[in-house]
Amino acid sequence: MPQQVVRLGIVVLILGAALVTARTYLIPETFGRLGHYRAVALDANASRPMVYAGREDCGVCHTEQAEKFSVARHQTLSCEVCHGAAAAHIESPSEHKPPAPRDRGYCPLCHGYNPSRPTGFPQIDSDTHNPGQPCITCHDPHAPEPPNVPQDCSACHGEIARTKAFSNHASLECTQCHQVNERHKVEPRASLPTKPKAREFCGGCHGVGASSPAEIRRVDLDSHWPRYVCWQCHYSHYPEVQ
Amino acid sequence: MNELVQIQRKPSGKVEPIAPERREFLKNCLLASPFLVAIVRVAAQQTEGAANGEYRPEDHFYGMGIDISKCIGCGRCADACKTENDVPRDPRYFRTWIERYIITTEDETTVSSPNGGIDGFPPAVSEKGILRTFFVPKLCNQCANPPCVQVCPVGATFQTRDGVVLVDEDYCIGCGYCIQACPYGARFLHPVTHTAEKCTFCYHRVVNGKIPACVEVCPTGARIFGDMRSMASPLTRFRRFNEITVLKPQLNTQPKVYYANLDGEVS
Amino acid sequence: MQVLSEQLPALLQQVSGYIYPNEFELHWGLPVVIYPYLTGLVAGAFVMASLDRVFHVKAVEPAYRLALLTALSFLLIAPLPLLLHLGHPERSYEIFLTPNPHSAMAVFGFVYAWVLIAVVLLTIWFEYRQDLVMWSQQERGVKRLLHRVLTLGATDISERAVEFDRRAVHFISIVGIPSVLLLTGYAGFMFGSVKANPWWSSVLIPVVFLFSAIVSGIAMVLILNLVSGLLRQSLDMVCVDKLAKFLFFALAVDFSLEVLDFIHRLYESDESIHILSQLISTRLFFSLVILQALLGTLLPLIIIGSVAPVFSSRALIAVPQELRRLLYLGAAVLIQIGIFSMRWNVVIGGQLFSKSLRGFTVYEVPLFGLEGLLAGALLLALPFFLLYLLIQILPPWKEAGSHTGQPAASGD
Repeated sequence: MPQQVVRLGIVVLILGAALVTARTYLIPETFGRLGHYRAVALDANASRPMVYAGREDCGVCHTEQAEKFSVARHQTLSCEVCHGAAAAHIESPSEHKPPAPRDRGYCPLCHGYNPSRPTGFPQIDSDTHNPGQPCITCHDPHAPEPPNVPQDCSACHGEIARTKAFSNHASLECTQCHQVNERHKVEPRASLPTKPKAREFCGGCHGVGASSPAEIRRVDLDSHWPRYVCWQCHYSHYPEVQ
Repeated sequence: MNELVQIQRKPSGKVEPIAPERREFLKNCLLASPFLVAIVRVAAQQTEGAANGEYRPEDHFYGMGIDISKCIGCGRCADACKTENDVPRDPRYFRTWIERYIITTEDETTVSSPNGGIDGFPPAVSEKGILRTFFVPKLCNQCANPPCVQVCPVGATFQTRDGVVLVDEDYCIGCGYCIQACPYGARFLHPVTHTAEKCTFCYHRVVNGKIPACVEVCPTGARIFGDMRSMASPLTRFRRFNEITVLKPQLNTQPKVYYANLDGEVS
Repeated sequence: MQVLSEQLPALLQQVSGYIYPNEFELHWGLPVVIYPYLTGLVAGAFVMASLDRVFHVKAVEPAYRLALLTALSFLLIAPLPLLLHLGHPERSYEIFLTPNPHSAMAVFGFVYAWVLIAVVLLTIWFEYRQDLVMWSQQERGVKRLLHRVLTLGATDISERAVEFDRRAVHFISIVGIPSVLLLTGYAGFMFGSVKANPWWSSVLIPVVFLFSAIVSGIAMVLILNLVSGLLRQSLDMVCVDKLAKFLFFALAVDFSLEVLDFIHRLYESDESIHILSQLISTRLFFSLVILQALLGTLLPLIIIGSVAPVFSSRALIAVPQELRRLLYLGAAVLIQIGIFSMRWNVVIGGQLFSKSLRGFTVYEVPLFGLEGLLAGALLLALPFFLLYLLIQILPPWKEAGSHTGQPAASGD
C-alpha cells in the first residue's frame, strides 16, 4: 500500500467521522417523521393566534343583530368585514371594542360605481348620491334596503341612464321597451322587468313601414341580417355604437 | 357422492338438512367476520377520534373556488389576510391580491393591482372603448404538484396530508429558490424574518374548523373554501356546477384554486 | 434588496406594465451573478489544466500548476457570494444535513465538497507532493513547517512513489473533468429546470453555462500567464499561443450555442416572445447586445482568429510577439466582461420581467450592503489575493526537486 494512500486514508476517515457526528447531533429530531420536513413545523403553523373570529361567533352574544341581519340584504356578509377582526373582542369583550365605520368613505369601497364590477351588483355614483351625508343616515347597515322607494329607474340603474342620455334613445322612457311591475322597486330580483324578445319589437319604430316619426332611422327588416336579433349587434342603450 | 349433510333442528322439534346455499352463506359470514369486526372497530375509532375533536389531516383535502362573476374588487380579502397573518403593510408583500383586467375594443389588455387591491380600485377609465373588465383574486394555488416544494434545498417548505403547502419559518435559509420556481408570483421573502412566506389557507384557522380570513370576509361569496374529500362541502358543489379553469395548467402544477368564469386573458 | 421606504415610490414608478405585486423585489442579485462566474472559472481552469495531463497537449504544460492554483483560489471564494445572499447564512449547513434530493440547489453542497476535496485539493497534493518534501528538507522556519504539514507525512520520494503520484494525477484529472463540468453544469441546470421562468427554462442553458465556463477559465489562465510572465520577465510563447487556439475554438462553440438558442426562440415564437424581445431591446440591450455579444464574443473571436495560429501553424495576420501578447490580453479581458455579462443577463434578466408576461420591474445594484457593488468588487478581487498567497506557499515555477534537485535560478 503506497504511503500516500495510507496518509490520505487517515484524512478521509477523520473527515467521515466528523460528518457522521455532525449528522447525528445536528439533524432536527422531528425531521423525516411525516415527510422531508420537520414535523414540528406543522404545529408551528397550526398554532398561530387567530385574529378574525368568524361570523358564527358574533351571533352567540349579539342575537338580535344576527337575526335582523340574517334576513336582510347584507346577509352574505361577515360582521368582521365592517367591524374589523374581533377575536380579541371575544376574548375580553369590554377591553377590545370593535370599531364601526360611520363615515361616508367605507361603503363606496363595495358600492361605489366601477365598470369592472359585475352588472346587477348594487352600485351608486358617490359624487351624486346624497353627497356629503354619511350613508347610515338613510341605510341601516344591518338592513340596508333603501329607505324610500326609488322614483326613477336611474336611482339604481345609474350607468344605464347615463349611457342612454348621450344616445339617440335619450328621449325614450325605460318603460317604452321594458314592462315593469311596481314590485320591482321594492324587491328587484323577485319581480324582473321584461325585455323585448323579437326583431319586430324594434321594427315597431325602425321598420320600413312603421308609423313612427320620420326622423327615426329606418331599416328593411327582411334583408337586414335576418338571422340575428337587433341587440346582438346594437347595444339598445347606445345603439349607434358599432 | 358421499356427502356429509348438515342438519338443523327447527323450533317445532323437527330435524332438517340445511340447504347448500344457506351453508355457503353461513360459511362466508364466518370467514368475513374478522374483517367485519376490524372494519367496525376502525370506524368506531374514527368517529371516536372525530368525536374527541382530534383533527385528522388525512381526512381532509383542501382547495378554494373563486367565482370571477361575483368578485367586486372591494379588496376586503387582501386586507383581512394581512390583518390575520401579520403580513407587512408594505406594497411589495402579499399573500393574496386582486388584479383588474381591462380589455379594450382594440384588443389591448391592461392589468393593474394598486397596493394589491387593498384600498379598492379607481373607476376603470380607458381612452379606447372598454370591451370587458373584471377583477381576479389571486393567491397561492396550493398546488398538488408544487414546484416550490420540489426545489427547496433543505426541506423548509412542504405539503401537508390535507393538501396545504406550508413553510417552516425556523428552518428556511432564505435562498429564494422557491420564489423563483413559483409560476404564480405567490411567494415573497419576508423583510423581517428573511424567510420565504406565502398564503397558508390560514392553516391555523382551518385545523380548528374555521375558514380562511379572506373567505370569511368576502362580501359576495366569490371565494369558496372547502374540503374535497367531503361530498357535502361547498367546494364540491362549486366544482360540480361550474366550468372550472386553473391558472397555467400547461405547467402541470395541478393547482387547487379553481376559477369559475375566468377570462382567457388572465395570465 | 435593501430599499429604503423613501425610495420606494420613485422606484415603483419605474415599473412598466404589470408585475405580480410580489415580483417587485429581485431576490437573486449581484452575488448570485458572481457565483456562477467564479465556479465557471474553476471549471475552465481545471479543464484547461487537464489538457496536458489527460490529453497530453504538451504545449500547455508550463501553465499547469498556475491553472491548478487558479482553480483552487476561485473555488475557495465561490461559496462566499452564496452566503451573502442567503436570508439565513447561519443555517446554510442544513444543506448538508437534510438535502432535498429533488432540488438542484441541494446538490451544491455535495458537488462542491467533492470538487474541492476529491478533485482540486487532491490533484494539487499529488502534483506538488514531491516538491513539498524536497522544499521542507531545504528550508527553514515557518515555510519548512508549513510544507512539512502539507505533505501529510507521506515523505517517500522514491521512483515508485513519484510514479504513483504521476499516475494519480492522471487518474484524478480524468475523474475531475466531468466533476468540474458538473460543478458549473448544475448551476445552469438550476436555472434551466425552472419551468415557471421562460427566459431560464431551456434545455440549452446548462450547456451554454458549461461552455461559457470553459471559455472564461481558459481566458483567465491566459491572462494570468501573460501577467505573471510580465512580472517574472519570462514567458513561454508557444504555450500562450496554444492557449489562445483552444480559447478560440471554445469561444466559437459557445457563440454557436448562444446563437442557436436565440434563433430557436425567435422561430418557435411562443407566448413569451413579446416580453422577452422587449427585455432584450430595452432592459438588457447594453449588457446583452453590446457587452456580451459584440464586445465579449465577436470582437475577441475576430482578434484571436486573426493573430493566433488557430487554423494552421501560422496566423492569418502575422504580428510581432509583443503586440500579439497585448491583443491576447485585451481579448481575454473582453471575454471576461462578456462572460460576466452573460451571467448577469441570465440571472438578472430572468427576474426583470414579470411571470405574468406583462411588465418589467427595476433593479438597481446598491453601492453598500452585503449585496452591493463594493461587496461584489471585493468578492471578485479576493481570489486574486488568495492566488498570490497560494503562489507564495506553493510556487508553481520553482520546481526544486523534480529534475535537478537545485533551487531554480530565476526569482519568485
